[in-house]
Amino acid sequence: MRDLLMEWLSFLPLTILGAVLGLDVVSFPQAMISRPIVASTLAGVLVGAPLRGLIAGVTLELFALETLPFGASRYPEWGSAAVVGGALFAVQRETTAGALGVAVFAALVTASVSGWSMIQHRKILGRWAGSMREFLARGSSTAVNRLQIGGLTLDLVRGAIMTFGALVVFAPVSRAILGSWTFSSALSRGVAVALAGAVGAAAVWKVVHTTKGAPWYLLGGLVLGGTLVAIT
Amino acid sequence: MTTPSPVLPFRTRMAMLLRLLAVQGSWNYEMMLGNGIAFAVEPALRLLPGGKNGDAYRAALARQSGYFNAHPYFAGVAVGALARAELSGEAPERIERFRTACCGPLGSVGDRLVWAGWLPLCSLLALAAFGLGASAAGVVLVFLGFYNVGHFALRIWGLSVGYRDGLRVASALASPVLRAGPAHVARAAALIAGIALPLAVRGVMGPARGAMALVFGAAAVGALALARLQGRFEGWRLAIGLLAVFILFSVVR
Repeated sequence: MRDLLMEWLSFLPLTILGAVLGLDVVSFPQAMISRPIVASTLAGVLVGAPLRGLIAGVTLELFALETLPFGASRYPEWGSAAVVGGALFAVQRETTAGALGVAVFAALVTASVSGWSMIQHRKILGRWAGSMREFLARGSSTAVNRLQIGGLTLDLVRGAIMTFGALVVFAPVSRAILGSWTFSSALSRGVAVALAGAVGAAAVWKVVHTTKGAPWYLLGGLVLGGTLVAIT
Repeated sequence: MTTPSPVLPFRTRMAMLLRLLAVQGSWNYEMMLGNGIAFAVEPALRLLPGGKNGDAYRAALARQSGYFNAHPYFAGVAVGALARAELSGEAPERIERFRTACCGPLGSVGDRLVWAGWLPLCSLLALAAFGLGASAAGVVLVFLGFYNVGHFALRIWGLSVGYRDGLRVASALASPVLRAGPAHVARAAALIAGIALPLAVRGVMGPARGAMALVFGAAAVGALALARLQGRFEGWRLAIGLLAVFILFSVVR
């Protein structure tokens, strides 16, 4: 029990990071510090392995290219999720087979659940706004500020709950899975990377294929990128 | 009858700009950005006759807290224009009409330029930096540096052009940069994507490079399949299922 509590206590810095980055996704300041390539790296810094955090972040960023935050559409929440994925991968040793796949799986599930929590947050704010309608219609600055600050605070709390909850669930699950992992390191990483690469490439195609000439630029870039991979 | 709008004091502009960063703080399905717009324009409304909590202030704040939707970075255009309209004493009906009319354009221009253009471009630049061997700090700085130069420039430009042009700000949205910009950004993103994707995949594979050809092949086939199934499947959701099966198989076999 004491070990469990100590582990949960060790999640505190990551929870704070997840809360702040969860807030960045929509509410404040949308400077994209919540993108996986940043969020996972920061999680890696907190657990003492920034480069491993970055590797998880790059993999998740490829998935995130598919889900751009268009207005009222429903999309995964990457801020908290990437902290979870980055931390789970960064705490493992380089030689641990399956670590990237399991961390990516945990991050994708967290992103999905956290995206759902954003919808709930918006619904709560809608009800809140409804109850304040009379004051807003009278031009009360107190009502305007209360709704705004309340929304920001609730979003911060939402991000913290999502991050902490995901770490509580996935840290022991990840250990258990990796303890009985049977595939080789190369195959395990290859599956995660191939999935990320496929989603990322399809997402890029979706964004650029409608622009005149852009597919040719993509082809030119692929030739250049392929050459760089071959010669370096 | 309208009156000349006052020059906004520097402190008021800064307060509006800072509040614009939280314009989506109370985003909800009833008012969308409405309350955020009222929150951001409020510092300017204090300059109305009667000051804070005067009749003019309260009437203007009530108008501004109604339903509104736009891209968050372009909301500054509306906030600037609405501040000018309120301080110039424009008729409430004209202000309401403007609020209704500018939702669509401010949303679509922002979506095309930022979400479908600038964000993926900066993300791909960071992936390319990673693939070329930049350090963790370097990759993060490339992404945040490039992205936020564009982000803050848009916010600052929006607020200032909105206040300068008032309710006639629509002409600013027709500028060649905003009309042709998304296409140029998409072409640049396509070029960088071609370079970044193979490099990033190789970078993540790290020392386990024996299976590289297989990984590239699988990624290419998967990308083609997803592109053909466009709109019917979300790749990241499909990946959850495939990874779950893979993990399960690895553990129980």
